[in-house]
Amino acid sequence: MSSQANENKSNPSNSSQPVQPDSEENMNQNKTATTGGTRERAQVSQHSLSDVAKNRSTSKGVSHNFGSGLEAKGVHAWFGSKHVLEDISMNFDTGTVTALIGPSGCGKSTFIRTLNRMHEFIPTAALAGEVYLDSKDIYAPGVDVTKIRLKIGMVFQKPNPFPSMTIKENVLSGIKLAQLKVDNQTELLESCLRRAGLWDEVKDRLDEYGGALSGGQQQRLCIARSLAVNPQVLLMDEPCSALDPGSTLRIEETIRELSESISIVIVTHNMQQAARVSDYTGFFLSDGGPGRLVELGTTSDIFSNPKEKRTEDYVTGRFG
Amino acid sequence: MSTNTLMAKPSRPWKPTPKSLLPDFIGALVTAFGTLAIVAATPLKGKLGFVIVLILMAIATTSILSAVRKDRKAALNSTTTVLVYVAAAFVIVPLISILWEIITKGATGVSLNIFQNDMSATASDAPLTEGGLLHAIIGTVYLIFFASIVSTPVGILAALYIVEVKGRFAGLVRFFVQAMSGIPSIVAGLFIYAVWMIGLGNSYNAAAGAAALAILMIPTVARTSEEVLKLIPNDLREAGLAMGATQWRTVAMIVIPAAKSGLITAVILGIARVAGETAPLLLTIGGADGINLNPFSGNNSALPYYVWKNLSLGSEVAVQRAWLGVFILIVVVFIFFTLARVLGAAKGQKR
Repeated sequence: MSSQANENKSNPSNSSQPVQPDSEENMNQNKTATTGGTRERAQVSQHSLSDVAKNRSTSKGVSHNFGSGLEAKGVHAWFGSKHVLEDISMNFDTGTVTALIGPSGCGKSTFIRTLNRMHEFIPTAALAGEVYLDSKDIYAPGVDVTKIRLKIGMVFQKPNPFPSMTIKENVLSGIKLAQLKVDNQTELLESCLRRAGLWDEVKDRLDEYGGALSGGQQQRLCIARSLAVNPQVLLMDEPCSALDPGSTLRIEETIRELSESISIVIVTHNMQQAARVSDYTGFFLSDGGPGRLVELGTTSDIFSNPKEKRTEDYVTGRFG
Repeated sequence: MSTNTLMAKPSRPWKPTPKSLLPDFIGALVTAFGTLAIVAATPLKGKLGFVIVLILMAIATTSILSAVRKDRKAALNSTTTVLVYVAAAFVIVPLISILWEIITKGATGVSLNIFQNDMSATASDAPLTEGGLLHAIIGTVYLIFFASIVSTPVGILAALYIVEVKGRFAGLVRFFVQAMSGIPSIVAGLFIYAVWMIGLGNSYNAAAGAAALAILMIPTVARTSEEVLKLIPNDLREAGLAMGATQWRTVAMIVIPAAKSGLITAVILGIARVAGETAPLLLTIGGADGINLNPFSGNNSALPYYVWKNLSLGSEVAVQRAWLGVFILIVVVFIFFTLARVLGAAKGQKR
């Protein structure tokens, strides 16, 4: 349970996984606090989301705590003089899925871009704090940034297969780009495409160009591509925002399978999705100033028993 | 429903019917006869007067027709449509007339002979069946080839510096590239003449001509490449970098392949810019009537030079030879274009 933010340590009740009876009670209290028509709506959405989250946590069980994973400590970020992120501390253990939710412009994407040093490509960007991978600061001087990005893969919001490469070349592009040596490329190609849930659809057309696939297939191709270099952590920046429900479902299945072996951080605007796939959820919010991590907890806590009023308002759809 | 489906016939209800086209047809007739009448009745004579009257009449009739049938907005739409067609015609008509002129006057002299002989043993006013322009073709191929070899890497690397590296001097480089594209071609020739011939004491040769052409070609290649590279979405660069690639690997494996067809266009535009240049060649290649296979030593010829020389000789046969040279020049440039496209598409971006 290392994935708790410091501010949440005050409440011990959420450190044990099956919290259902407790949360049910709290939820009823919360409901009585709301009034009129909003209550009806809140009730419905809260029920469904917390149910989804609970199903998820019971099916997944207690998180596996092997590997030290990724840790962000007191991360701040700036664009020019604009302070966009303030003091974010989070742990991402191996074998867990962490969802970051929050309204647009609250710094979720900026935060995950600080995790694999993509943040620094924006010319005016600045940063404070530390990010540790296997207890080593990735921002320490002398660290080879390309090695960091090999270990911390990223899937972007828009599917972006390399247009000049075939499906096969796309999957294996990471090997070539990072100049790695792989003994059996055919095997790697198949295993990556299988893990991304794309193999059956493309096994007969591996020499077609990546652009010939549908949007959902392209996104899964991008996931397969990032798996080929065997990352420890996979960052996903709204990977399903441009996809239809079927493709989204396939990608969620993929996330579930991948989470057995690596840790996944997913930014999403779809709270159903956060409830379905994640073990932990962090709620980001910006009140005009820099974005803050308002609440971090197990997904079932965030959706059924949030400690912060603002979190509850957000997950029940009352604002944002 | 099923009968309806069987009865259904594909039709295009948005297409104009003969009935709705009738007013347009009458309008066209009015325009044509009105123009003829005005030209006949007024002192506006000649082709220019006819064209101006035709354009004005076309605007007037279509606008009035639209205004009567629909409203003011439709009239404005018709007026704009006519103006756009006129503007397009102003571009296409000169192009077609140039090509027509060159083909009718130049292609008549084409025979196998001219590709086998040079002018070293032939007087310029000898009939067209004697002599040829093989020496000029060889010279032009050398010039274009060497100019491209120099300016393609320099131009594309300069564009990469501006767009990808975004180095400290990117703005300065862009400024100089723009300034360079304004250099008059004779100045480029003079520069090579001053540095290469007078300064370093070399003599005329094809390589010097290619160097002068490269000076003219680099800014075209660099500026077009820059625009092409800017069109490559940033997503692709980020995706490459996020996979643990260095910037150089990302550019070489992702950005350049994605921009390949555009970069080839940049080179083609550069070739088009220099292929017909005459002025710098007058100062650098020296001119020759015989074949010179060595591009690094001795006077050489080129198709533009051949045209210029024959035109200045002025005899009837020489002018015919000049037309022939222009025609062959266009064919050679076209071959280079096709070659670049074929080579560029060899590994294919079939999408």
